Amino acid sequence: MSAVPTAAIRWLKPATLLLCLMPAAWIIAGVAGAPWAPLSPNPVEDILHRLGEWSLNFLVATLAISPASELTGRREWLAIRRMLGLTAFSYAVGHFIWYVGIDQGLELAALARDVVKRPYITAGFAALLLLLPLAITSTRSWMRRLGRRWQRLHRLAYVAAGLGVLHYLWLVKADLTTPLAYALALGLLLIWRIPAIRRLARNGPPAG
Amino acid sequence: MSKSPLPSELTPESTWLSRRQLLAGIAGGGLTLGASWPASAADQPTGKRLTFGAAPRYSTTEQANTWEEVTTYNNFYEFGTDKADPARRAGSLRVSPWEVRIGGEAEVTGSFALEDVLKGQALEERIYRLRCVEAWSMVIPWVGFPLASLIKRFKPTSRAKYVRFTTLADPAQMPGLRSPVLDWPYVEGLRMDEAMHPLTLMAVGLYGRALPNQNGAPLRLVVPWKYGFKSIKSIVAIDFTERRPKTSWELAAPREYGFFANVNPDVDHPRWSQARERRIGAGSFWSRQATLPFNGYANEVAGLYRGMDLKRYF
Repeated sequence: MSAVPTAAIRWLKPATLLLCLMPAAWIIAGVAGAPWAPLSPNPVEDILHRLGEWSLNFLVATLAISPASELTGRREWLAIRRMLGLTAFSYAVGHFIWYVGIDQGLELAALARDVVKRPYITAGFAALLLLLPLAITSTRSWMRRLGRRWQRLHRLAYVAAGLGVLHYLWLVKADLTTPLAYALALGLLLIWRIPAIRRLARNGPPAG
Repeated sequence: MSKSPLPSELTPESTWLSRRQLLAGIAGGGLTLGASWPASAADQPTGKRLTFGAAPRYSTTEQANTWEEVTTYNNFYEFGTDKADPARRAGSLRVSPWEVRIGGEAEVTGSFALEDVLKGQALEERIYRLRCVEAWSMVIPWVGFPLASLIKRFKPTSRAKYVRFTTLADPAQMPGLRSPVLDWPYVEGLRMDEAMHPLTLMAVGLYGRALPNQNGAPLRLVVPWKYGFKSIKSIVAIDFTERRPKTSWELAAPREYGFFANVNPDVDHPRWSQARERRIGAGSFWSRQATLPFNGYANEVAGLYRGMDLKRYF
């Protein structure tokens, strides 16, 4: 999977990096009190939710790379997939650390209870655990070492995303719009994994 | 007017700024960037000034939340489900003219103009804790009058066991009604003894000003020992009923929200703990404080529920 370094990649990578850092920069600006990036009066919850949502956004973006590459016929997309995936993981870790350290005030007993007792916490925690081996094996050397098994392992990203959406669905009070939008996006990406669908998209309907 | 200083005079902009600085200190490792930004316009109280007395007997001495916090962080689903939505979108609510329909088991029923409803009611300021079912809390200086003194006017009959309240549901004024997150209109209810309790307030203002639309203008209920969703906003109907009314959240998720909804640290929401709460804007901002039974009003109201299994009637 060696993407040919083209002119496009030369700007695509730094542009993506910038995009990946932007939500974090926005949060930091909010914490610093910038009036153009206001936090809600409940900044702890606000930041917690933003970190979680950005983790999901980048996870969905990561999974969208392969279809984007096939649909556009451009392999350059693949050059940013690892960066997007690691960004999703980073925001997930930030979300978790913020939850444990700030939201729960490091009360580990309460946390342990929550992980067992609250299904939405269980799902979110499981998603994070699934992302960990993916982040570790995201390097080129691990790719080489694992060969075909690497692909199979990294399909866990779909499971992690599914658990992330479930985590979101289970925690909202009444308005399911946003988590259902993520579920829809993930559903479309999963449909794309069906070989017949991909053939159809690439070649058009079979000529009769 | 009152002799004691009112929180509208007590909570200065500097409190708000110091919170920002605290946040900034965390971000920048001691850098107080916050001080260099100008204070936002939302921090200045607006709206018509009200004339009222103080009710220190019923008020907490805890530090009240700022005007900005109270008016920009609201659950008012008729204007959207994001807590910033009401402040952004409630401008479309027309609070004048306003009518309240009184119905059900009472001698005096019919439609009353708001001015008529308020006539003869002595307004007072009451600083109450508000505990949201989402495990955050605020301290709010309301202006209003006891619901009991309003109810007496309508002479409920002996058949009246409950009071049902209804919020306005006009899609032309309330964009949130387009999404079916709840079964509109929003309905809440109280048992008659709860409604007649001296702590139960009909609010028309906060911070000495007329209620902002996002806080439930022009007339809302405040029941400080119950979760915030019981304190129904922008009331257009009050009905006295023999049967216990079905309330909106009860209908939406009966396992999660009960009719009584008394603040209770020992009865968890099925999805999160109610043992602790985050006081918005207070102290070290990452810490939570213990939630008190009946939101700290147990001395006043626990007697209403003597002999009831509060785990069952949550």
